[in-house]
Amino acid sequence: MDFLRENILSVVIFLPLAGLLAGAFINRESKSALRWLTLAVAVIEFAVSLLLVVWFDPSATGMQLVERYTWIPAYNIEYHVGVDGLSLLLILLTTFLTPLVLLGSWTYIKKQEKDYYLWFLALETGMVGVFASLDLILFYVFWEAMLVPMYIIIGVWGGPRRIYAAVKFFIYTMFGSLLMLIAIIYLYFAHGSQTGAYTFDVLKLYGTYLPASVQGWLFAAFALSFAIKVPLFPFHTWLPDAHVEAPTGGSVILAGVLLKMGTYGYMRFAMPLFPAAANAFLPYLAVLAIIGIIYGALVAMMQPDIKKLVAYSSVSHLGFVILGLVALNIQSVDGAVLQMVNHGLSTGALFLLVGMLYERRHTRELSEFGGIAKKMPVFATIFMIATLSSIGLPGLNGFVGEFLILIGSFFAKPAYAVFAGTGVILGAVYMLRTYQKVFWGRTTNAANEGLKDMSPREIIVMVPILIMIVWIGVYPKPFLAIIQSASKSYIQYVRPRAAALPVYRQGPAFRTPERLK
Amino acid sequence: MNYQLLFVLSFVLFVVGMIGVAMRRNVIIVLVSLELMLNAVNILFVSASKYLHTLDGQVFVIMVITIAAAEAAIALALVVRLFRTMGMVKIDDLKRLKW
Amino acid sequence: MELNVLRYIVLSPLIGFLINGIGGKRLGHRAVGLVANATVLISFLIGVYAFTVLLSMPVNERLLTDTVYTWISAGALTIDVKLMMDPLSVVMALVVSGVGFLIHVYSLGYMHEDRGYARYFSFLNLFMFSMLLLVLSSNIVLMFVGWEGVGLCSYLLIGFWYEKDSAANAGKKAFITNRIGDYGFLLGLFLLASSLASKGVLSLDFTAMAGHVALLSPAVLTVIGVLLFVGATGKSAQLPLYVWLPDAMEGPTPVSALIHAATMVTAGVYMIARMNFLYVLAPTALEVVAVVGALTALYAATIGLVQNDIKRVLAYSTISQLGYMFMGVGVGAFSAGIFHLMTHAFFKALLFLAAGSVMHALSGEQDMRKMGGLRTKIPVTYAVFLAAALAIAGIPGLSGFFSKDSILAAAYGSGHTVVWLLGFITALLTGLYIFRLMSMTFYGESRIDEHTAHHIHESPKVMTVPLIILAALSIIGGYVGVPRLLGNIFGWHDSDMFVHFLAPVFPVVPAHKMPVAVETWLMIGSIAMAVLGVFAALYVYVTKRMQPAKSAAQAVPGLYRLLLNKYYVDELYNAVIIRPLMALSRSFLWKFFDVWIVDGTVNGSAYVTEWASARLRKIQTGDFQVYVTIFLIGVFSVLAYFVLR
Repeated sequence: MDFLRENILSVVIFLPLAGLLAGAFINRESKSALRWLTLAVAVIEFAVSLLLVVWFDPSATGMQLVERYTWIPAYNIEYHVGVDGLSLLLILLTTFLTPLVLLGSWTYIKKQEKDYYLWFLALETGMVGVFASLDLILFYVFWEAMLVPMYIIIGVWGGPRRIYAAVKFFIYTMFGSLLMLIAIIYLYFAHGSQTGAYTFDVLKLYGTYLPASVQGWLFAAFALSFAIKVPLFPFHTWLPDAHVEAPTGGSVILAGVLLKMGTYGYMRFAMPLFPAAANAFLPYLAVLAIIGIIYGALVAMMQPDIKKLVAYSSVSHLGFVILGLVALNIQSVDGAVLQMVNHGLSTGALFLLVGMLYERRHTRELSEFGGIAKKMPVFATIFMIATLSSIGLPGLNGFVGEFLILIGSFFAKPAYAVFAGTGVILGAVYMLRTYQKVFWGRTTNAANEGLKDMSPREIIVMVPILIMIVWIGVYPKPFLAIIQSASKSYIQYVRPRAAALPVYRQGPAFRTPERLK
Repeated sequence: MNYQLLFVLSFVLFVVGMIGVAMRRNVIIVLVSLELMLNAVNILFVSASKYLHTLDGQVFVIMVITIAAAEAAIALALVVRLFRTMGMVKIDDLKRLKW
Repeated sequence: MELNVLRYIVLSPLIGFLINGIGGKRLGHRAVGLVANATVLISFLIGVYAFTVLLSMPVNERLLTDTVYTWISAGALTIDVKLMMDPLSVVMALVVSGVGFLIHVYSLGYMHEDRGYARYFSFLNLFMFSMLLLVLSSNIVLMFVGWEGVGLCSYLLIGFWYEKDSAANAGKKAFITNRIGDYGFLLGLFLLASSLASKGVLSLDFTAMAGHVALLSPAVLTVIGVLLFVGATGKSAQLPLYVWLPDAMEGPTPVSALIHAATMVTAGVYMIARMNFLYVLAPTALEVVAVVGALTALYAATIGLVQNDIKRVLAYSTISQLGYMFMGVGVGAFSAGIFHLMTHAFFKALLFLAAGSVMHALSGEQDMRKMGGLRTKIPVTYAVFLAAALAIAGIPGLSGFFSKDSILAAAYGSGHTVVWLLGFITALLTGLYIFRLMSMTFYGESRIDEHTAHHIHESPKVMTVPLIILAALSIIGGYVGVPRLLGNIFGWHDSDMFVHFLAPVFPVVPAHKMPVAVETWLMIGSIAMAVLGVFAALYVYVTKRMQPAKSAAQAVPGLYRLLLNKYYVDELYNAVIIRPLMALSRSFLWKFFDVWIVDGTVNGSAYVTEWASARLRKIQTGDFQVYVTIFLIGVFSVLAYFVLR
């Protein structure tokens, strides 16, 4: 037990990889063995990751469950992992979604099953690694490593234009991350030459003094890389393509976890590393986020393809998260982190459901459907709950996050909430319009006559997500407790030193009532 | 001893080999020219070793000869395969790999 | 005082929802109906118990609370799941659960044949849960949870017969229109929270807010008040967001009675009454409320005059009556507004249920032009309908009279003469449209087609008993708040018990003392208006058997068409807001900006790269000897550079 406790994070990171190695020895024809093995690995992984929660102390500040080993001594690169509330929740989200996605893919994937399931395990290692890394190089390695499985998942098991989508996804992300690599190396030398201690330890790098103009460039490099990942308007066009072409499992993980890496990057790296620049860029980021919220919603409203619609809605939802992060007060940041999880759950659920529909009808065109509620009542009910969660109905998870973000951004600058709030209306418009077109009305299309309702396996996939959706909506306190210290230290890193350091360019002042600090 | 002459000899041999590599069509001739270049270098090594009174050059020569032998064996094997599959050994026709 | 049974008032219907929602069809009709009705009855009984507890307390300490758990906690912002019951919420809770229970019972009969029986009752229970949460919550965020919850149920129940496109559209329209209002409500909430926070108080609890709003400047309070009222216009169907309510009649009739007449739509009135501490400090905002309410009352009544669908007439009547309530709270007479809310819940629920009974008798017919002469065929329905119609028209002695009169008196007394005048005219129109409805439905000759006429039957007991109870309430419900003036005449000195009961909740409004003579004349005037309206309608439609619609269409075709088409507001919204927004999104944002500009740039850079590479690759001839030559030239140039430098 002690060994496990001391190395819990490494276990969580590499367990899927071990599963992958085990799975590699299974004959590719014994499909059910492969399915069960990978599912078992993912479930065990989730169970193990729950230990993280047990051993995590929400009241403590700073990183916990830290493991630290020398990796490349010449450059002082370390294997350095640890979690705070932010990364803990995102790791849990990852390990929570992966088994569901694997189970959900059983009938969807019809070729090269072995490779599919094993690539997913590889992906899981990469994702958990990204969220746990505290060494910039280690982070970068995981960041790039997780790209490859995703690229392959889209490129091999995707739809008709999968190659285009996969390449677009890869190059878009790669473009940003190379700039980030340069910035990382610059930061390494800048910090080293000042203090004599050359390190990639992000916690130490937080304190680096940099001239404001340099900060601006480095921040831009980080911010661009993460903006593409988020995706922040106007770097979002890879997303609809990737989502539409990716297989269901790919879409779920892409929306559920990969997009969060962008927002995670902002919160862990871009903003606290370069506070002066971050403060100068804040208003611009906020404006981009708000444009994203409204723009994503308006474009989603007009999509004829359900998956594309959900993809654009992600642009809108992630806009809320970024807005929460830049509003820089405890409510908005708490809300933003919670909203990362919420979006993973509700959009994940929607993609899974759309996938189930696609499996039955091999189309996602809205106009092909209508009157499905009568044929598939259980499916319609679950879709309704996911829809409501996505539009932020109080009592479900989406509301808590959106409410905190909006109230926090109102504290920061009322105009933010005034504009972002319209997203609440538009969200209802596009989601309900979709729901009506798919489920309500008469069954006019003969192809929809014979639709079968959800199988027990499909229900098992959805139930855990629904439980989480309701849980976070009704009793979000444990989640907020976990987030709390992470968002507090994030605000501390970004805010107070901004005044002490030379300011890159004076942005509008952020007003927070005294009592909120 | 006139080292200068040896150096010039090596240079001339090298240039001859080089021209052979660049100009000749037959793969075997190209390989022979390549050997010529290597040996031009060997001469330079040996004479330099003598001139500088160190053994380094001679060590290198042994190395070069060994590796050249291995390389020649592989190259000739490739030429044989080439002749068997394509029925010719003209170097400027070997553009199959270009897309 | 803590009273921990309060939570069960809210929880009980939620349990019913879960049982019926998950158990669904497996339970069978009987069990579903039993669960749904029992849970609501339990809420009502606990409500009554809490009411007695409240009554046993000293007048100024009447406040029960129940803290369940901390819901959201972020920094200094803490939002509890905490219920409270003061005189205002107990009135609401009893009306909601009481009327709700009667409608549940009625639904047992009305929905009996429907294949979505379990679904219907689970939604209805979910509605009861949300509505009770709305009225019992002790902070504004939790109230918003209920607020949105009732909106959701309204959406689900309007779209209950989802196979009908009109029902599906109406549901969506209701939800989205409400969301527009909620947007305003949320902004008001945020502004309130942040301005209070800047004064050092970050609490959204009603009691805490009530103690601190005085710190804020009147300008801020006015903005907050107006923004919150925007939310109320959405939920309570006032100008300009009323458009969803007439369409909401696509839902089952008991739903129209419960949600779109008696309870949910009054949430806006309740909210303003609940936030009275804020509104009294923002007179301008109250002014807005009163004027919007008065305009809506008149506006909707005019449309109600010409509609031919029985439920639509009632829908416009509801909008108009809600206008009265806003008029009441808007002039500062909060208890009068709530009083009218209560009586309206009785008689409007009754009107809808009775209309449902009519439709039940006529195999679902809603067009009044195909009714008539039903008085003798369905006597019970007719009798209760008449009671409700007299009540809504404001005939003295029935509940509607007392409440409407106190609103009008308060409006006049507080100097809102224009508002009063609008309400006064509406009183005439109310009598007119409701007795037009009565005449077309129950009096005169039957215009029912042969086939339907054959099947006319009175509704079963399970439907008529709730009708009779509601009829009784519509008649006597007003006697809890008889105006002092009338009470005095009969020697009953604290006749306005209702006002007294609510007094601790509401601020002491500077008493607008009116001379008794003025008050008497006002009352006589409004009685005259009501009676005039009723008799005018009866005269025109019954005695003269005229068809004023036709003559009106000939005499003033423009006006008639304008009214018949509801002032073309739907068309206006469609043309001004919805279509341009859709066009903008589709043609500009998506097809142009997203596809051409953003993606064009991305793909463009890929094409440029590809194009350049296609040119550059020509250098790679594949000829080994060319490479060697170039390589050698390179080597020699470098050598030459270093040697000759």
